[in-house]
Amino acid sequence: MSQARLMQGNEACAEGAIAAGVRFFGGYPITPSTEIAELMAKALPGIGGTFIQMEDEIAGIAVILGAALAGKKVLTATSGPGFSLKQELIGYAALAEIPAVIVNVTRVGPSTGQPTSPAQGDTMQARWGTHGDHPMIALSPWTVREAFDSAVLAVNYAERFRTPVILLLDEIVGHMRERVVLPDPADIAVYPRRKPNSGPGYKAYAAGPDLVPHIADFGTGHRIHVTGLIHDETGFPSGSPKVTEDSIRRLHQKIEIARDEITHYEEFFTDDAEHLVVAYGGTARTAYAGVLAARKQGIKAGMIRLMTIWPFADRVIKQAAARVQTLLVPELNYGQLVYEVERAAGGQARVISLPKYNTEIFTPAEITAALEKLAQGGETK
Amino acid sequence: MRDHEKYFRMGRLPHIWCPGCGNGIVMKALTQAALKLGLDQNKTVIVSGIGCSSRASGYLDFDTLHTAHGRAIPFATGVKLANPELKVIVITGDGDCTAIGGNHFIHGARRNVDLTVILFNNNIYGMTGGQASPLTPVNKKATTAPYGTVDRPFDPCELAKAAGATYIARSTAYHVNQLVELIAGGIENNGFSLIEAITQCPISYGRRNKMGDAAAMLKWMSQNGVPLAAYQKLSDEQKGDKFPTGVLHKSSFGEYSDEYAHIIDMAGEES
Repeated sequence: MSQARLMQGNEACAEGAIAAGVRFFGGYPITPSTEIAELMAKALPGIGGTFIQMEDEIAGIAVILGAALAGKKVLTATSGPGFSLKQELIGYAALAEIPAVIVNVTRVGPSTGQPTSPAQGDTMQARWGTHGDHPMIALSPWTVREAFDSAVLAVNYAERFRTPVILLLDEIVGHMRERVVLPDPADIAVYPRRKPNSGPGYKAYAAGPDLVPHIADFGTGHRIHVTGLIHDETGFPSGSPKVTEDSIRRLHQKIEIARDEITHYEEFFTDDAEHLVVAYGGTARTAYAGVLAARKQGIKAGMIRLMTIWPFADRVIKQAAARVQTLLVPELNYGQLVYEVERAAGGQARVISLPKYNTEIFTPAEITAALEKLAQGGETK
Repeated sequence: MRDHEKYFRMGRLPHIWCPGCGNGIVMKALTQAALKLGLDQNKTVIVSGIGCSSRASGYLDFDTLHTAHGRAIPFATGVKLANPELKVIVITGDGDCTAIGGNHFIHGARRNVDLTVILFNNNIYGMTGGQASPLTPVNKKATTAPYGTVDRPFDPCELAKAAGATYIARSTAYHVNQLVELIAGGIENNGFSLIEAITQCPISYGRRNKMGDAAAMLKWMSQNGVPLAAYQKLSDEQKGDKFPTGVLHKSSFGEYSDEYAHIIDMAGEES
């Protein structure tokens, strides 16, 4: 029987990852994510897992990718500067199809920025930070309970799609404490590590109908080759234009064909809304309060709260844009996801950016004021 | 088929290395050491970085992991700690290990995870066409040092010793039998082992520095590689270009995954 607990977002994230089967953590200390490493250091050895503090951020992801190939479900956690350093190997994981979850508890950047202040400035880096064409899955929870649930989902998606998954836990959600009731462990769906199709002629990178390969863990007798070079179904490098094209297409398509299923979002008051806030992460919390206050004044406001940031919820935004006058996008950055909203809206509705980048979180009043202005027919800002 | 050839993916050969390159000699020495120890191909993982020597992983019939530039040691650390029953051997070059991967090299040695690092030292970045590395001697020419290198090289064996490696050895592509023994010794050591294998790059290093062809470079190794005990007896003047070979250092310290097993016991008792 699950009990109510007062938990921090970072703590819920660590527990969610463990509940989903993570048994290996490697990382490097960085504010505001360090609690995740500290909790893993304490919890993992007691449940047959391994924690290791590495010499730098790059080693922090390299070590988990090695551990993933040797059979463990793996996690690392960082913040902006460390996330930048990890980018090359996030691409390695995408190409070599290694399941791994990278938590980025976002803070104000660029550079060292404001280390303990909240921001959502890594939204685009999560999508495009590593070089070359690659798909990306990134989730951004808005509550402590959802920090747990999204960590479970992130681990499951990493395993199911054999891909790196980014958990964007902004500093608000990471450091916030809330009363939560965690799900009963028996009720948590856990995606198991894919097993290789054994038998002669096994090809580690041959994909099935879901376009995901069944790559054997090291030490299981398959003697596979894993490389960051473009490779064919055998896993060995190939310089062929066709192999290159097919590989890059399959990497994208394996996520694309599951896009609707992995697009998690919530709608509030969308039935009658004329002005719709599109928000994510900690910002969605104050946006929600701001929407409620606006509705009390008779403004037809609503909200779409995105939990899946990447792949972007194109269909959801496109359909919403057809029904409303305005899409208002508050973000703790200079304006990032607003461009995706604008693209998906396709000119059907006005898309207004409401950026904030001064270390302070939005207040509900700021959101309400922006909605009032829209309702009066004016632009915000 | 010769016995050591079972450790090769024969279908992946021929290799990509230039005529006269010494990497094949070092790679073969690894397979001969594997044969000598009877290494289980299904329980041994070869991890490499990026560069000429790091392409060896693709030719060897084990689970093999060709990682990113400089990162072989932390990837290998993850493999070993995730499944300590696996033997993990790292193949790396002088640029890969001591420049971009230098920090990982130091900390790998410090942690004493049971990894055997075979450092193919050809004193140059070969894959990119002959740029100076941290192991290029001073006043040698490279494409990025057309007037000669200014900065000094360091000694990776001394560095590994200072950082805590528990088995350190050096040999050359000329001293093949010794190299096989030293690699085998490193694999047998339960801890972080470094075997520096000096190898020739006649195309991108030797030619530019008037060191002659591959045979001449091997001859230079035969004349300058001196067993440690004999080397220590040389005067500074006699030492010149000479370098010590054989087992250079051995020490005893708990292996990381063995030590972590104690942590697991402690945590288990507490919970």
